[in-house]
Amino acid sequence: MAKFIKFTIDGEECMAQEGKYVVDAARENGIYIPTLCNVQGIKPKGACRICSVKINGRLMTACTTPVTDGMIIENDHADIQELRKSIIELLFVEGNHLCPSCEKSGSCELQALAYRFEMMVPRFPYFFPLREIDASHPKIIKDHNRCILCKRCIRVIKDKDGKNIFAFRDRGHHTGIYIDPELADNLTDELADKAADICPVGAILKRESGFKTPIGNRKYDQEPIGADVEKINPSNGRKKS
Amino acid sequence: MSQKITISPVTRVEGHGKVSIHLDDNNQVSQSRLHIVEFRGFERFVQGRPYWEAPVLVQRLCGICPVSHHLAAAKAMDVIVGAGTGDGLTPTGEKMRRLMHYGQMFQSHALHFFHLVSPDLLLGIDADPAIRNVIGVAQNENFQALAVQGVMMRKYGQEIIKHTAGKKIHGTGAIPGGINKNLSTEERDLLLNGEDPLNAAKMIKWAEEALALFKDYYHKHRDFVDNFSYFPSNHLSLVRKDGALDFYHGVLRAVDAEGNKILKDVDYQHYLNYIAEEVRSWSYMKFPFLTELGKENGWYRVGPLARLNTADFIPSPKAQQEFEAYKAHTNGKPNNYCLHTHWARLIETLHAAEVIKDLLEDPDLQKDDLVVKGKRMPEGVGLLEAPRGTLFHHYEVNKDDQITMANLIVSTTNNNQPMNNAVENVAKAWMNGQNEITEPMMNAVEVAIRAYDPCLSCATHALGKMPLEISLYNNHNELIDQMQSDYTHTKSS
Repeated sequence: MAKFIKFTIDGEECMAQEGKYVVDAARENGIYIPTLCNVQGIKPKGACRICSVKINGRLMTACTTPVTDGMIIENDHADIQELRKSIIELLFVEGNHLCPSCEKSGSCELQALAYRFEMMVPRFPYFFPLREIDASHPKIIKDHNRCILCKRCIRVIKDKDGKNIFAFRDRGHHTGIYIDPELADNLTDELADKAADICPVGAILKRESGFKTPIGNRKYDQEPIGADVEKINPSNGRKKS
Repeated sequence: MSQKITISPVTRVEGHGKVSIHLDDNNQVSQSRLHIVEFRGFERFVQGRPYWEAPVLVQRLCGICPVSHHLAAAKAMDVIVGAGTGDGLTPTGEKMRRLMHYGQMFQSHALHFFHLVSPDLLLGIDADPAIRNVIGVAQNENFQALAVQGVMMRKYGQEIIKHTAGKKIHGTGAIPGGINKNLSTEERDLLLNGEDPLNAAKMIKWAEEALALFKDYYHKHRDFVDNFSYFPSNHLSLVRKDGALDFYHGVLRAVDAEGNKILKDVDYQHYLNYIAEEVRSWSYMKFPFLTELGKENGWYRVGPLARLNTADFIPSPKAQQEFEAYKAHTNGKPNNYCLHTHWARLIETLHAAEVIKDLLEDPDLQKDDLVVKGKRMPEGVGLLEAPRGTLFHHYEVNKDDQITMANLIVSTTNNNQPMNNAVENVAKAWMNGQNEITEPMMNAVEVAIRAYDPCLSCATHALGKMPLEISLYNNHNELIDQMQSDYTHTKSS
């Protein structure tokens, strides 16, 4: 039988199944810890660091750290929120994120986080890197300008034999996502849809589907990111504003 | 000693400009030019982008009439996705777009007339610049109601855009081959029968009243209106296939100053066969002309004045009645009076209000068949009548769905030569024999530009802050006098 343990987040007593990652345990307790690279149900990577929390006084990523009995977690603190905001700003300056013409706008997790953290303008200078669009695949377009290297597509999109269709190419500042040419044909329509959906930004685009969702019906048009977690606490039905 | 006057910068729709006026030894205007000195680069940076992004990206050219660019690009992309050239969409797709466009024409024309032009007419071209603006109009007890009317008319048009494009400025409604939403019955009821004054019937009434206001002004100031920068020209616009006024789709027609058809209802997909653009070293803005007539004689006007000169009739009863009276004024011949552009604009405003009401009553807007697609094409041209004139969008797309070429001829560009002529006429009328620039002189130049193309920056001028600068030069290019928008003089020695 699963063992339940107790821990606190910002002083609030919480309960979760032993072994759950902090980010999932917090979610179950109606507490939102922002994430970008993390995908529920997929092995975490800890790539983006947006979910940084202080655990027993040390900065750690909530998506890769399992919760333990008596753990003291600090989440909604000014210095931690400022750190997260600076990470979001770094992501914006590192690529070319031009929301006004991006078809992911309104459903983009990076944009939604920027709104949530009230980012007006990045404090860092823009890099304006010269990046190409790769439109060679018949089903999807990869816009490297917007890729934040979260690795979601690499970790989630696998062909029927379990092989990764997406992979990293090059190193350092030049790192980019590419499609394994030998497995390119294995990207079915279903997988292409999934890849575009799983991408938190507009780096993977399904052809001819941009702007089909009217403004008002996009993912974050009605509620800010995280509102779904904060609304309901499933374990005790407690509602938060 | 001859002189040169420079007005810099004159703000435009897409950037900054300046006016230079050369005076000869007798202080007579020898040459006048409107220079557009800003470079935007949209045609370049849209290259490489997926084609379905264009309608959303290029609309950022403008904050007053983004719908025009949104729809012109979408019309070009209709061709790319094989949905035809404007009349191939589903009834819901086409009518939703028309509603969006006519809503925009309505709001933009209201803005143009009430916010930007009415201060000159109601308070006087030489009124104190501190009050010669929309706030001054609102504070004048004779015009208070009128100012509110202007604001509410604009708001109504903006609401239509919001319910068709998703938001009031820079929406996403039009997609290649159609539209991404229909109009719900709640939205329809809100726009058709909304709380006073925001309903279709009131907008028609107010548009009629605005027209009556202009006609009354004209009656009292006929000499000024008729003599302000009159010059004959060719006129170009889209017209519906049967010759009716149509802002959204049609064939390309041009008439000369006498009304003879010089471009006979041609398919705009082949516009390059009829229109070319000349580059002049002193301006970033090109000079389009009808190829057959050449650079010297082929230039033309676009916009409200041109549209009412090319169209045979207006397909809505109240506007048609006004159109007939307007045409009678010039005995059915083309109207070449610069300030009659405002008269034409108000007739169009009335027409837009009538069309909006008809569209809102059309049940096709509630249907669900939104998008059509056919054989993919490598190239597409989208034209429509933007508030200030004919707007051309032309794209080529490669097999990977990336845009490889874009050519945009915007209304302002089409009106380049006419605006230059208008400025020259005003310069001659106001500056001949002068060696110092006065504020009314400066405003007269702006009035001429504003008849064609006020912009957001010009709107700030309406609040007294248009970054306009006039400089006066002699024939050795030495600065004699310079005046800025804050009406301070900077004189060189």
